[in-house]
Amino acid sequence: MAKIECPKCKKVIETTGLVTVCPDCGADMREVMEKLARFGDEAARPKLGKDESMTTHEFIVRTKGLKKIYRMGDVEVPALRGVDLDIRRGEYLSIMGPSGSGKSTLFNMVGGLDKPSSGTCFIEEVDMAQLDAFELAWLRCRKIGYIFQTFNLIPVMTALENVTLPMIFAGMGSDEMLERGAFLLDVVGLGDRLHHKPFELSGGQQQRVAVARALANAPAIILADEPTGNLDLQTGKEIIDLLKRLNAESETTIISATHDLKMIDVSDRIVHIRDGQVERIDERADIDLEVGTLGE
Amino acid sequence: MIDVDRLLAANKSDHGEEIRRQIVLPWPQAFRIAIRNVTLRLGRAAITATGVILGIAFLMSVWTQAVVEEATQDEQSIAIATGVGASETVLDDEDLGAAATTGDEEHTEGAARRSWLVVMSLLVCGVGITNSMLMSVTERFREIGTMKCLGAMDEFIVRLFLIETAVLGFLGAIVGAILGHVIMLLVSIIRFGVSVVPKMDWGQMLIYIGFALLIGCVISLVAAVPPAVRAARMPPAAALSTEV
Repeated sequence: MAKIECPKCKKVIETTGLVTVCPDCGADMREVMEKLARFGDEAARPKLGKDESMTTHEFIVRTKGLKKIYRMGDVEVPALRGVDLDIRRGEYLSIMGPSGSGKSTLFNMVGGLDKPSSGTCFIEEVDMAQLDAFELAWLRCRKIGYIFQTFNLIPVMTALENVTLPMIFAGMGSDEMLERGAFLLDVVGLGDRLHHKPFELSGGQQQRVAVARALANAPAIILADEPTGNLDLQTGKEIIDLLKRLNAESETTIISATHDLKMIDVSDRIVHIRDGQVERIDERADIDLEVGTLGE
Repeated sequence: MIDVDRLLAANKSDHGEEIRRQIVLPWPQAFRIAIRNVTLRLGRAAITATGVILGIAFLMSVWTQAVVEEATQDEQSIAIATGVGASETVLDDEDLGAAATTGDEEHTEGAARRSWLVVMSLLVCGVGITNSMLMSVTERFREIGTMKCLGAMDEFIVRLFLIETAVLGFLGAIVGAILGHVIMLLVSIIRFGVSVVPKMDWGQMLIYIGFALLIGCVISLVAAVPPAVRAARMPPAAALSTEV
């Protein structure tokens, strides 16, 4: 929390850096906050990081009436028709649904990769639509790690360069960055392939690089869009295990869109999406019960 | 194969570390990435640069021709002027006057044609460069989307493309200028003999070369910035889902 004096009514306001308008008189406080930030008061910057004051929120991501309409020529195609979803801090959430159900769209909204047509998406109780370009980039860089079905590695960069890219953006020093990059690649079992280009690696190896890259800045949320979709069983299993343990032991929130039953197996909750709406949400406890009854 | 224990242990020890609140792309890093992009996509870069090379070579050949014509015309008029006095050939005043006027007319006509050619070559150059820049940005939408997911701000993307384009534009302009100049010079030497070379206005030639380099860079940048800005402003999801 930083104390900022409102330029108009002179009231001292405590803010995390994300509220830019004085709650009393409605004056724009951006200028004051920028000044504070420039002169080294880090508190005036957005505090989306691992911060004591923020960890109190129960829900890390919340969506309210999220709608997304794509325009294809003259035709309007609704991809999401009002999704209300609360994602708890530190939970392992799987989003399931047939292709075209809108789960990728929902995934993009939650990850700040796309803007909803209407409705709001909150991350740590902050409306994402209120974030400026810098805060959004900061969020994507430090707060969220993305894993894609198609890996999305930068083709001209080596494995190490791919992993260090988010650390460059985060302003990490060169030596520290290379060290952490090599460490992460070693952790995912690619310690001997640091300088290989993506096309020199197998699909499973590419996804490991992508996982290492997602972990680069130790994000609080990992968004995984069908991470095991293009992988062999063994690698898929290892990546699921990695995600599960990250989730269980360092309280990283995992949100994944998936068809993979092994992935469903470790999830705390499963959200079923159909035709752009939440069809139902299964709690893990219920599934265990079902499995239990089946076993008897 | 994935060593989760080590990762978790490292994460725990990192926990007390202060988190920096900044998003940056330092210029040296931007340069490194951009130059690597050029050197690693050499084939693609060569195609992009070819647009610049051809345009600038055309422009340069037109200018070289202008300088050469200037030199040969001087020679002709000198020949006409001195030819009368020095040799014993009988030429009356009327003939001399007629020769002088045709020379002048040819001169202005040539200048008009040349400026037309310069305008044409600039157009060819501009369209060629714009086209190749547009292509090279479009085919990298996915990559741009990925970079934005990793925390790149719009300016970073534009910065990377600017460096890349400036490098390609400059190199292409140098090669193009040399190519156009040398080819036209050889053609002139074949037509008028080696004697034309010392008669050329080399100061003017250098000015033209400088202009050609400048124009190559400027057109490349102007052509590359709009698609780069457009790509940078796309929401990452849209950039990621583009099929090329």
